[in-house]
Amino acid sequence: MATFSNETTFLLGRLNWDAIPKEPIVLGTFVVVAMGGVALLAALTRYRLWGWLWREWFTSVDHKKIGIMYIILALVMFLRGFADAIMMRLQQVWAFGGSEGYLNSHHYDQIFTAHGVIMIFFVAMPFVTGLMNYIVPLQIGARDVSFPFLNNFSFWMTVGGAIITMASLFVGEFAQTGWLAFPPLSGIGYSPWVGVDYYIWGLQVAGVGTTLSGINLLVTILKMRAPGMTMMRMPVFTWTAFCTNILIVASFPVLTMTLILLTLDRYVGTNFFTNDLGGNPMMYINLIWIWGHPEVYILILPLFGVFSEITATFSGKRLFGYSSMVYATVCITVLSYLVWLHHFFTMGSGASVNSFFGITTMIISIPTGAKLFNWLFTIYRGRVRFELPMMWTLAFMLTFVIGGMTGVLLAVPPADFVLHNSLFLVAHFHNVIIGGVLFGCFAAVNYWWPKAFGFKLDVFWGKVSFWFWVIGFWFAFMPLYILGLMGVTRRLRVFDDPDLRIWFAIAALGAVLIAVGILAMFVQFGVSIMRRNRPGYRDPTGDPWDGRTLEWATSSPPPAYNFAFNPISHGLDTWWEMKQQGATRPTSGFMPIHMPKSTGTGVILAALATVCGLAMVWYIWWLAGLSFLGIIAVSIAHTFNYDRDYYIPVPEIEATEDARTRQLAQGV
Amino acid sequence: MSHVVTDTTTDNLGRYWELKPHHHPEGASTSLGFWVYLMSDCLMFAVLFAVYGVLGTSFAAGPGPKDLFDLGLVAVNTGMLLLSSITFGFAMLAMFAGRQGATLRWLGVTLVFGLCFLGIELYEFQHMIHLGAGPQRSGFLSAFFTLVGTHGLHVTFGSIWLITLMVQIARRGLGPENQRRMICLSMFWHFLDVIWIGVFTFVYLLGMI
Repeated sequence: MATFSNETTFLLGRLNWDAIPKEPIVLGTFVVVAMGGVALLAALTRYRLWGWLWREWFTSVDHKKIGIMYIILALVMFLRGFADAIMMRLQQVWAFGGSEGYLNSHHYDQIFTAHGVIMIFFVAMPFVTGLMNYIVPLQIGARDVSFPFLNNFSFWMTVGGAIITMASLFVGEFAQTGWLAFPPLSGIGYSPWVGVDYYIWGLQVAGVGTTLSGINLLVTILKMRAPGMTMMRMPVFTWTAFCTNILIVASFPVLTMTLILLTLDRYVGTNFFTNDLGGNPMMYINLIWIWGHPEVYILILPLFGVFSEITATFSGKRLFGYSSMVYATVCITVLSYLVWLHHFFTMGSGASVNSFFGITTMIISIPTGAKLFNWLFTIYRGRVRFELPMMWTLAFMLTFVIGGMTGVLLAVPPADFVLHNSLFLVAHFHNVIIGGVLFGCFAAVNYWWPKAFGFKLDVFWGKVSFWFWVIGFWFAFMPLYILGLMGVTRRLRVFDDPDLRIWFAIAALGAVLIAVGILAMFVQFGVSIMRRNRPGYRDPTGDPWDGRTLEWATSSPPPAYNFAFNPISHGLDTWWEMKQQGATRPTSGFMPIHMPKSTGTGVILAALATVCGLAMVWYIWWLAGLSFLGIIAVSIAHTFNYDRDYYIPVPEIEATEDARTRQLAQGV
Repeated sequence: MSHVVTDTTTDNLGRYWELKPHHHPEGASTSLGFWVYLMSDCLMFAVLFAVYGVLGTSFAAGPGPKDLFDLGLVAVNTGMLLLSSITFGFAMLAMFAGRQGATLRWLGVTLVFGLCFLGIELYEFQHMIHLGAGPQRSGFLSAFFTLVGTHGLHVTFGSIWLITLMVQIARRGLGPENQRRMICLSMFWHFLDVIWIGVFTFVYLLGMI
């Protein structure tokens, strides 16, 4: 255990030289990260990219750029989360026969906590939010989201949360509590130093961004749809995004408040979740899962939408059972609030309560099953093109069904009493999150990359990545099901029984295969960027897959204003209908387009919030107070700025649209 | 692969593209967006009410509601907040009538009521802490201080917003932006009133039974 001290000084709070970890693994990581960071900063300075980054990206309120930045954040954090995963796999196959492995318990406990926190909050969430940000306005024929400044601010708050979480690696420690930080372990008595505080403030700063982005997209979908696009004419991805944002708005406040109460317990000495003076730790576990279960559907629903779009496009058919797909999504949205207790059947709430939550959990498999049959019937007698997005979709269907079935198994309370907290559970949720969320994100990246950048991704490296990922997944997680059935609990650091070792070895092999898959994916990005002007890659049409929805009706990448004229919807699959009817594209008669101005306020506010969070972690009260006052002052100053919009002049639109006309003439 | 011909003479051009753009009034989504935000805020209070429901009788052998609450004082305080809601309503009426001076005056009155509410609440807190009944004393008091205090914090931020908006109206008049902000702040202020009715009923009145 690292030495730590809660003795504080006025200037630096409890931050002092001892807070810097001296373990060789952490130090080595720090050196590598620091050198990489310095190299990056030097390159940015050398090529004079700072001004361009600031003007064109950091301060941009364009939903497309913000969407791309979200996904870049997710990919960067994914590397960190995966590094944690492979360290755990190595430790668990190593620490047999009296060996302690190579990670001490203090370090190992931080790793499994950070892995969960980062993968959920800073990989899956930004990935999904980025996709919704990029695609939803295009699919509904809008020029931006309802609140563009808020969108920029939300993104930078998510970055701030990620920075706070990452800082814990090199200064102090991260929580050793598991990713939901249950008290009393996360209370001040058992976690006296900064780990849990890093966890709290990282999630709170990011959580503000998530909630605001949820409100933003929800209102965008309600208010900014193209003329004629009624709710039941929205593309399925937009429907699932709509439900996801309802879930975000209706569940993240619960997380925020629960963490505030934990903060008060730790900082003020209140008794919400303590074991004495009337506190109740199980109340925390109830509250956090009231957020936590909807969170699972926040992650998966948009990907259900992605799979629906891809299945329809690559089968060359309209989606089978559109309305049933919508109603299934809405059912899941409602049901996701009625199942939270299945995460702790072992609490002892009695047979009737457990039965209720067991049954509601099993009921969720009905709308989910309906979705799966809809996809299968869409494929049935379709002219299926096995492009990369479709391959990921098929892999999802095969993988996710297994994960869903083990989920139903866990929903049976007596079975859960045996499997609770075991590796069977770990295998189950990786089965649905990797097989559902991650495969969906990869399908979406392969599907929409040409829209975002104007060229397709390389197929060869895409297939390498695909096969290593899918096979690696099965190698990595099937052994955990078996180990879980044998009674191995999760989060263990050392093992006695040598019979278990072979399964951990197979799982470690799976992690290595996945590592190759990840590497191949980055090679795929690099190769495609280098070959972007070659004929097989470049997409002059804006519609490389013969798509059905409105995002394919504009150029790739779309102009800042998305559509020179608002599209009008007369039914489902508007773009498909336009193509069938031989609809033309207006090339004259443009009007000035009203657009929001870029602003640096979001970056400044999020930076202040990050400083405030870090100051709270380290008990540097003066800095926390000062930065908090700064947040209020900057917010108020921002409201005095009434000059927030501008018009794109007609000549500029004409130039853009004429270029598009020439491009289309070449592409046909 | 595109089937689009770049010929603008075909008839269905206007069928699929809005050639005469409809005008989006500036900030048309703001009221809805703010309403959704208020609902998310409402959920935070829902958590606090639920927590109070669980911990409301966990006195840990310490003082309970009957030992601590002074209903008369709370009634006066409730009156302050309710009156401030009425005067905000008058400010809105003055705004819709285009009377800038009257709007500012009613906002000023609202602010005074809001500050009185905060003052009385702070006095109540200080009194309880002085008796040894601070938020650390028991689960009940933790839940009480956090629920009532969170509401008080909202009123504090509402007051800061109110002052900011008064400055903005004084400088730029009752233009569309400031009208929109008035509507949002008005929703916020009434929302806090509704929350307080819940606090008054569930915490104070039920506590005294």
